[in-house]
This record gives sequence, structure tokens and C-alpha cells, in this order.
Amino acid sequence: MIKREAVVIGAGPAGLSAAIEAAKRDADVLLIDESLKAGGQLFKQIHKFFGSSAHRSGIRGIDIGKELLEEAKKYGVEIWLNCVATGLFKEKKIAVEKSLDNQNKTAEIIKAEKIVIATGASENAIAFEGWTLPGVMGAGAAQTMANIHNVLPGEKILMIGSGNVGLIVSYQLLQAGAEVVGVLEAAPEIGGYGVHAAKIVRAGVPIHTSTTIVEARGDEKNGVKEAVVCDVDDCWQPIKGQEKIYEVDTITIAAGLKPLMELARMHGCRCDFIPQLGGWLPLHDKNMETTYPGIYVAGDSAGVEEANTALEEGRLAGVAIAESLGYIHSNKASSIKNEIWNRVDGLRLGPFGESRLEAKEKIIKTFQ
Amino acid sequence: MNDDTIICRCEEVTLGEIKQAIKEGARDVNGIKRRTRAGMGLCQGRTCEKLVQMILKQELGKEYKELKPASDRPPVRPLTFGVLGGDKDE
Repeated sequence: MIKREAVVIGAGPAGLSAAIEAAKRDADVLLIDESLKAGGQLFKQIHKFFGSSAHRSGIRGIDIGKELLEEAKKYGVEIWLNCVATGLFKEKKIAVEKSLDNQNKTAEIIKAEKIVIATGASENAIAFEGWTLPGVMGAGAAQTMANIHNVLPGEKILMIGSGNVGLIVSYQLLQAGAEVVGVLEAAPEIGGYGVHAAKIVRAGVPIHTSTTIVEARGDEKNGVKEAVVCDVDDCWQPIKGQEKIYEVDTITIAAGLKPLMELARMHGCRCDFIPQLGGWLPLHDKNMETTYPGIYVAGDSAGVEEANTALEEGRLAGVAIAESLGYIHSNKASSIKNEIWNRVDGLRLGPFGESRLEAKEKIIKTFQ
Repeated sequence: MNDDTIICRCEEVTLGEIKQAIKEGARDVNGIKRRTRAGMGLCQGRTCEKLVQMILKQELGKEYKELKPASDRPPVRPLTFGVLGGDKDE
């Protein structure tokens, strides 16, 4: 059995920043990630971030990713790539499979004093007739194909869902050279920021609210050929006779994300259903520590938000771990954490942030 | 959606089969899983779990809050016996 002071599961924005903050203060940190490269979703985010200057507004996700990788290297974070956590056992033992990229795969157990679960989220599926045909995929999958692998997922694309993911990915698919024939939204209003919506509308992409997809037509061999869409009533039910057909080869689904919380639940961390943050998730206190001492959670796996909140939550967990391992005095740690909390609160403002702020405050209250 | 629409793509479980499982007494995600194998494939329910919860909600009039995810057990990702046993010639 391998032993480490702190192990961070997932090298996205939350995991990287947790690892950096703990390692910066001399903790011995191992960061594992199942991908070929660290950075999580950051390297797909070719767009500029919003927010205040404290939150690197105007900087692209990919550039933030590059900076984090350099910092992790500078502070001596040990990184195992192609390594996936397959289980979490008491007391704080992580089962991993290593070397996923070659024939010498091995299973190992790592015993950690502190664990950060920063496993992110998975895309929600929606089921309709034909949704399993080739050509129907998550918006995140399409974004990975276009922005990471430089492969265009299709030529004529229909986007389902007008949250920020749906809007941003639509724009990026346009940039990549695809035609986006439209964006559907079942709700009566657009889900994401107006500025993202305006950008694709200016590029000529119509957004249809109170509209849903009812069927993907095509065949297993050639994939999607047509999408049947329909207006919905006040109860989001399709109105018969209002069907329209689009000729498309790809249907991308941006129906929200849900936290990946299996590892936390497996270890007995208390979870609750918080719809504003994506559904079932592990509860955490102001240090991002779960109900199980020594197990922390940060980023989308602690409630689906944005890359900036993930970065800050990771920092909180990293500082709290350094503090609890005795690498930093608690007075100093408190003032650093307070600064971070001020920034986090700043991110949870406005019509989009308020419900998340409320949900997070409720979660933290359960610990008091 | 009709009864032939696939809900769990890994195990190819249809909407009709899930509705039938509910008729036979399934009341939660675990119950559906045991009766139909929905959520027992390669992705371990990461794709279909919310869909199964939605069907349970519709058929039984339950709230999402009452419909817990399936029990989480290792391995959460596919793992071969060869790797688990340390046999290089798997």
C-alpha cells in the first residue's frame, strides 16, 4: 500500500488549485487524473472568462490551465495521469487503476491522511425516440471533439438546451466550421447569460424557447438525418400538430450536469439532494470538508457551478488541508480562507448566482 | 418516447421494461437495477440514472428527493480481474 499525506482525485480547476495550495505550504500531495493531460475542462474553454479582475476576467480557460500546470510543477505536486479512482474505502483508502494508456495496467491502494474529491460532473442525458442513434451526443462531448481533438462532430448541428454550456458550445461549433441550425429551449426563457445568447443570435443562429426535441430520425449505420422538434405547453408537454423537422446530422444535448459523487457516498460522506447545484451531492463545511473528517470535496462534485468557483473551492480545501496537517498557523489560514470566501461570495451574485449562494449557505449551515 | 425507446444504453434496457419492473414492485433505482440491469453496464448508470429517476417519478408520483441514486460500490469504473489480481497476462 502506498501512503501519501494528501491525495487529490481529479486534476481539473478544483483539484489543481487544491493540490497547489497544499503543496505550496509543503504538504506532500499526489494528484491523480484519468486523462492523458491534467486541466480537466479548462483546456476546452477557449473562450474568455467573465467576472472581476480578481477572477481573471478576459483570460481564456486554456491559459488558466497552463498557468495552473506550471504552478503545480513549481510546488512539486506529484501527478499521476491515466490513473482512475475505482473506489474509496475506509479509512481513507483510495483504490486506483494506473497506466490506463497501456498494457501494464495495475491496481493500487493509496492510503491518504487527507483526500480531496474533485471529480467534477457528468452530463445529463435526455431520452427521446432515437436518442441512441450515432450523432446524438452531449454538448460536452462535442466540445471535446472540436476543441481538444480538432474533430468536427458534424456539419449541421441542432443544440438542445440554452444554458451557458449550450450557448457557448454552439458558438464554438460555429467557430469550428459547423452550421448550427438552432438552439432549442424547453423553458419559456433562455437559460444562460444574455451576452452568450446575443453572440450566437448575431451569428444567425435562432434560439427557440418553449420548444423541445421529440425524435431523432436516421439509422444505425448513417446516424442522424432529421430532428423532429415540437412546441411545448405550460407543463412542458409537446403540443400535437406543432412538430417541425430539421435536417441535421448531429444533435447535441446540453441539459445540465450532475455532480460525480459516488466516491464520497461510498465512503459514507453524507449527501443530500440540492436541485440548484445539480442534484445529489456530498455536503461540506466552510473548509470544504465533508461529514467524514479528512475527506474534502471541491468544484462541480461539490455542486455544479463554474470554473471560477471550482478554482476557489479547491483553494479553500488546499489551505484547510495545509492547516489541518500543521503546515500553516490557523490564524494565517483563517485570513487566507476569509479572502477566498469574499471572492467566492462575489461569484455567487446576480440572478444566476443567488440561488447557488442560497443553496451553498444552507449546506454549510447543516454543519453549525 | 415509446415503450421500445432504450433508456439504459449500456445494457439495452427499454422504457417498457422499466415500467414493467415498476409494475412488479420496483420502487427505487436499486429496484430497477436488480430487475432489469439498467445502470449495471460500462458507464455504471452515469448516463441513465437520472432518466430512471424521472420514470420512477412519473410512474409513482414521487419527488426526486425521495429517489436516491443506486448504491455506490467499487469499482466505479470498469476493472478487469486480471488487473485486480495483478496478473500481467490477463
